[in-house]
Amino acid sequence: MRRSLTIRGVPDFSRFVREVGLPPTKRIRLLATVLLGLLVLLGASDDSARVDRLGHQMMCVCGCNQILLECNHVGCTYSTRMRNELTTAVDQGDSDNTILQSFIRDYGTIVLAVPTNTGFNRLAWIMPYLALVIGITLVVFIVWAWRKRPLSIHAGVPVSVRGETLDRFREQARKETDL
Amino acid sequence: MAELGSFVLLLALALSGYSFLAGFFALAKSRPSSEQLGETARRAGIASFGAVLMAAVLLITAAFRNDFSIAYIFHHSNRDLPLPYKFATLWSGQEGSLVFWSLLLSGYGLVLRLRHKTDARLFAHASVVIAAVQVFFLLLLNFAAHPFAIMQGTLPADGNGLNPLLQYAEMVIHPPMLYLGYVGFTVPFAFALGALAMKYPGEKWIHITRRWTMVTWGFLTCGVFLGAHWAYNVLGWGGYWGWDPVENASLMPWLTGTAFLHSVMMQEKRGMLKTWNMWLVFSTFWLAILGTFLTRSGIISSVHAFAQSSIGDWFAWFLTISLGTFTFFFIKNRSHLRSEHKLESLISRESSFLFNNLLFVLACFTVLWGTWFPKISEWVQDTKVTVGAPFYNKVTIPVALLLLLLTAVGPLLAWRRTSLESLRRNFLWPSLGALLVGTAMVIFGVRPWKDLSYFYALIAAMLAALVALTVISEFVRGGRVIARHTGQGLLPSILHLWHRNTRRYGGYVVHFGVALVFIGILGTPFNREAEKEMTFGDTIAIGPYTLLCRSYTQEENANYSTELAIIQVFKGNPQIDTLYPESRFYPTSQQQQHIPAIRSTLKEDLYVVYEGQNPDTGRPIIKAHLNPLVSWIWIGLVVMVFGTVLALLPNAAQVRAAVPARLEAVPVGVGD
Repeated sequence: MRRSLTIRGVPDFSRFVREVGLPPTKRIRLLATVLLGLLVLLGASDDSARVDRLGHQMMCVCGCNQILLECNHVGCTYSTRMRNELTTAVDQGDSDNTILQSFIRDYGTIVLAVPTNTGFNRLAWIMPYLALVIGITLVVFIVWAWRKRPLSIHAGVPVSVRGETLDRFREQARKETDL
Repeated sequence: MAELGSFVLLLALALSGYSFLAGFFALAKSRPSSEQLGETARRAGIASFGAVLMAAVLLITAAFRNDFSIAYIFHHSNRDLPLPYKFATLWSGQEGSLVFWSLLLSGYGLVLRLRHKTDARLFAHASVVIAAVQVFFLLLLNFAAHPFAIMQGTLPADGNGLNPLLQYAEMVIHPPMLYLGYVGFTVPFAFALGALAMKYPGEKWIHITRRWTMVTWGFLTCGVFLGAHWAYNVLGWGGYWGWDPVENASLMPWLTGTAFLHSVMMQEKRGMLKTWNMWLVFSTFWLAILGTFLTRSGIISSVHAFAQSSIGDWFAWFLTISLGTFTFFFIKNRSHLRSEHKLESLISRESSFLFNNLLFVLACFTVLWGTWFPKISEWVQDTKVTVGAPFYNKVTIPVALLLLLLTAVGPLLAWRRTSLESLRRNFLWPSLGALLVGTAMVIFGVRPWKDLSYFYALIAAMLAALVALTVISEFVRGGRVIARHTGQGLLPSILHLWHRNTRRYGGYVVHFGVALVFIGILGTPFNREAEKEMTFGDTIAIGPYTLLCRSYTQEENANYSTELAIIQVFKGNPQIDTLYPESRFYPTSQQQQHIPAIRSTLKEDLYVVYEGQNPDTGRPIIKAHLNPLVSWIWIGLVVMVFGTVLALLPNAAQVRAAVPARLEAVPVGVGD
């Protein structure tokens, strides 16, 4: 005995097909049409996501310094054309790399919103992190050096302090414990 | 009027030049007559303010009188320009903004010179430094960017008008705030260089400049944020910060200035970081000038390219000379800057300031590096590259989050050493609160594992909560101690607490404002947008809103014509608002501009732009953005400014005296 497997909350499509009495070949055709439709829809959604992602990796080259999909200059001679080119390339099924390379070929490397992670451009990415590492090393070294620095007055040695020196120590104590 | 303007500018240059030279020789030579010579230098400096003020008044008057014989007025004003913008003409173009810069500098110099009795010799040194900077700007005004240059040939009937992007109420406030900040940092720099040159003993120069620095920082903060608010309300791309080189130019001195505000406390309290503070205050001044260089030279392409000119070379020379002068005095007198104390523990206020400064300076370096990298790439590999927002977001966000963590942790650490017990006591409840916020965000649908930006948003929310809760807990804990000893209620006790140390508790309020700003920024990854060609009756849905295009209408104004879209906003069934995004056309300058309509709530901004007609179909295009939490950025700014004002107010000595003696020994926190 065959039993249809259903998941709670999901309509049992095969049962619907059986109940409307479609022959098996038509059932398969209908199922294939539905699946194809779903694929097209998913593909469309994927394409628009790709356009959005790639459009945010590129700049409008009109000089406005804005991301391609954010350029809203009135009468901008570049952004509309570039967006159309991007949409066409994505619709054609070109890969991300092919699309970016074709834009670089047409508009130069300035079309990319960030420097590539190759050759000299890699330096753009490395430097901030290198500076962080150097900075942390420097701070740790300073802390280490300061902690090693000998105290000017050694604990346990009785020192007679009076007059201006005492006032200075009082002022220091006041500052360090100031609320 | 142009002749008089030219004359007063020359007079101002002569007076400032005299103030610099006479002041310099009076300090260099120890003769009996030096004192009188120094006094004449001081008075010449004061008089130079009058001359520059006169030049500024003449330029504004020329704008009000539509005197298009002056080239500057012709290029930046027109007859129909509304009066407030005619006033703003002063800082709308290069020459005028240099007059304005010079006016502010001479104004700061005036106050400094009038208060010279505080410490005559130190003030005389600072006055010479300010006079030197003033001479540079007046040389520019007289010989490179003359604001009273005359139009050649037939007098034009009307002017070119002000750039439409600048015809917005905030542009009357934003540049003055920014300039007050930029120019203001000349004062602490002047005192620092003066103190270094004369080997000034002690930390008195820090005390003298403390309020200057805070006021200046407050102005710069307002300037930076008002610039962001202007971009959000006028540029119509739905964002408030685009990492444009000129935006970066304003951010860099703010970052080093903020680092200085913190590290200066190390010098005040513990006599440490003296060399660092010198370089930090110099860097802030230098970066403010560098910002002007970037704007004016055109060396780096920017959306603010309207300000480009040939005076970049002058700024390059000035930057080189000022760096050389400061380095010379530093090398000569660096032995004077030895630290008086040592660091005793890694878990202490001192080390938190060290890391705080490291992160601020690192953030500044990153912005500087990103701003200059296109130029460096051009020099090295002869290829232009772009360093856009994705680069800065990727590199600076982790640094900003670490800074937010230190904002929460640092103020609760004690000077010299903090015990683990104290850490546990101070952070237990705020940390639990922050965890609760994080958990709630995940429950309500934030999935940090799906996208890095969501992860950052989650961490930012938790850290902002931590900052806010630690600030609140500090006020409440301190207030409770005072309430216990005085019998007052909690609120008067908190006021009492603030009165006892305005700088510390004002600073906490600023930190609270910073937390609010971060809350505003963390909404960015959740922004949504939709665009549609819309004619009458068409709808577009975005988030919980449905926008219905009701109609389009046109209006004629004296200065521009405008086309408005009338968009009804529905949330569910009921209509909740009507928005009027505009597309303006300025006939004088032949420029078009979109003015978005924004429906702002604490939860989100509905931001609607009328983008004009599609050239192919002729149908109007409406673009809608849904930007969560943006209002909190502006609320955070207000709180930051409020905190700065609180920190500037003097401590109430009378309140302190009225408190019972035993209260003075009660530990209420760990010092500022």
